[in-house]
Amino acid sequence: MQATLVMFVISLIGFSIQDNLGDPLRELVGQSVSEKEREALRDRMGLNDPFLVQYGRFLSKAVQGDLGDSYFFKKPALEVIAKKFPATLELVIGATLIIIFSSVPLGIYSAINPKSWFTRFILGFSIVGISVPVFLTAIFSIYIFSVELGWMPSFGRGETTNLFGWDSGFFNRDGLAHLVLPSISLASIMMPLFIRLIRSEMMEILQLDYIRFAWAKGLYPKRIWFLHAFKNTLLPVITVGGVQVGTMLAYTILTESVFQWPGMGFLFLEAVNRVDTPLIIAYIIVVGLIFVVTNTVVDLLYTWVNPTVKLVGQKS
Amino acid sequence: MGKPNSEISGAKIMTGIKSFLNSDLVYRFRKDKVAVVSLSIVLILVFSAILAPLISPFDPYDLKSIDIMDSEIPPVWNEGEGDERFLLGTDPQGRDMLSTILYGMRISLTIGFFAVLLQGVLGVTIGLLSGYFGGKIDAFFMRLADIQLSFSTLMVAIIALAIFQAAFGAELYSKLAIFMLVLVIGIAEWPQYARTVRASVLAEKNKEYVDAARVIGMSPKRIMFRHIFPNTLSPILVISTIQVANAIISEAALSFLGLGMPVNQPSLGSLISSGFEYIFSGSWWITVIPSLFLVLLILSINMLGDWLRDALNPKLYKD
Repeated sequence: MQATLVMFVISLIGFSIQDNLGDPLRELVGQSVSEKEREALRDRMGLNDPFLVQYGRFLSKAVQGDLGDSYFFKKPALEVIAKKFPATLELVIGATLIIIFSSVPLGIYSAINPKSWFTRFILGFSIVGISVPVFLTAIFSIYIFSVELGWMPSFGRGETTNLFGWDSGFFNRDGLAHLVLPSISLASIMMPLFIRLIRSEMMEILQLDYIRFAWAKGLYPKRIWFLHAFKNTLLPVITVGGVQVGTMLAYTILTESVFQWPGMGFLFLEAVNRVDTPLIIAYIIVVGLIFVVTNTVVDLLYTWVNPTVKLVGQKS
Repeated sequence: MGKPNSEISGAKIMTGIKSFLNSDLVYRFRKDKVAVVSLSIVLILVFSAILAPLISPFDPYDLKSIDIMDSEIPPVWNEGEGDERFLLGTDPQGRDMLSTILYGMRISLTIGFFAVLLQGVLGVTIGLLSGYFGGKIDAFFMRLADIQLSFSTLMVAIIALAIFQAAFGAELYSKLAIFMLVLVIGIAEWPQYARTVRASVLAEKNKEYVDAARVIGMSPKRIMFRHIFPNTLSPILVISTIQVANAIISEAALSFLGLGMPVNQPSLGSLISSGFEYIFSGSWWITVIPSLFLVLLILSINMLGDWLRDALNPKLYKD
């Protein structure tokens, strides 16, 4: 219900941008047409219709996947975006993997050993990580690893392999090498947040009665930490993770622009510079859709993972 | 009649300062070296930004003092190549880096401060209203906050600024940039304040002093702003510090994307952005030095915010 409402608002915003930004007629016919012919053309294209009629037409087209043609590419805007989508998705997947595989162990470690020097180091590192904007991480990693050391390529996506109609950089060395720096930069902004979240949740849970009981029962420490405690840490992490998908999408714009990564965010910035209205609107709608879908999925996942939500309907 | 009054208030202020200096907070502040160091760094940076016109060796806005022959000079400590007139080197247009950074920091801080002020005013008002009245008002604003938070601030800001830029054209936009940035960052982050304030209002609302105020017939407005509001100040203070840091980061990110401050009136973000092209040719200082200032500023503000949160939270005593 809320999701539909949000999509409705987004489409309204998209439409009003289209309505107010630039004159489609001028894009089509140029300056040389007389005022009278213009008026006739406007009538024929339905540009003089009342707002609601135009909006209805926009909506019915949009539902069918027609968001207009990009002025620059002369192709349907949605198609242009769909072509760039895999690149962004790969970046997000790469970053997510890095985040999961680094923040989970680090978070657990710092929760289990709250006093060790390594924990202090992790926490100190995480506050530095929060304070360094993502584009700076990107710039510095380019400067250090590409310009000075020459280990990594600095921009672009490199070679891609076509696999089941998906141009992917995952399956060859060049593509993977291009993926490393951008994913690390993108991951760097979320990692500290997740480390801190996992740590504080886990520390709270380790104080609870059932963990003490598990200790008293004489279970192995590993079993207590990873099975009993960690499972319950996951709940808030999933909720926050879902919200952060949105933030991550915004940061892809930054990362992509630094690394010249040919993804959706980079496309969007180019579209803004070219005042390519249909493309801008298409991007906003696609991003809105991603938000709505991920939030819904997270909601569903949450009720699935959290048994207390289920218990409401059952006998206790 | 005015004189004794002012004397009394003067004495009041003096005792106020004294009791503040003797308070728990200040004592714990003195004990914590990290907090002292970060506060002094923040103060030094803020003052040097405010006093930029007085202490910076050049005026980066004054085109007459800029000589293109001076462009891309490395910092002084770079043997042989540095020029002693330019302590931190110059940028591609021949502007002195130190002065440009000081002026840039001034713009960044201004935007950060006013954006947070706007967030605060919006968020506190909405938080007070929805916490105090509850019901439909509450439901409406909190739903709105949920929706807005699920879209990240940066996304909202990027899209909004992109649309403004496309609508106004780059020329006009660059003139309005400061104003637009404050507006967009300010509006995008109000839910943070609204939620915090609402939570503390809900806790305060049922206390006796509020009941008493209601019984003697005070207006809801007076109760909210004069009685409840002062008791929500400490969480507001904590998020304000962190929000200033966030606003400065957002501004830098937006400027970096070319959606923020124009190059002829650079903030730290646009400075970093303009230097980025030159990093491949070896002129690292154009990007690196402003970045260091930015990171230092944000890091110290965040440290201060962290400390403040721990210090004002009665549940957390460090062992």
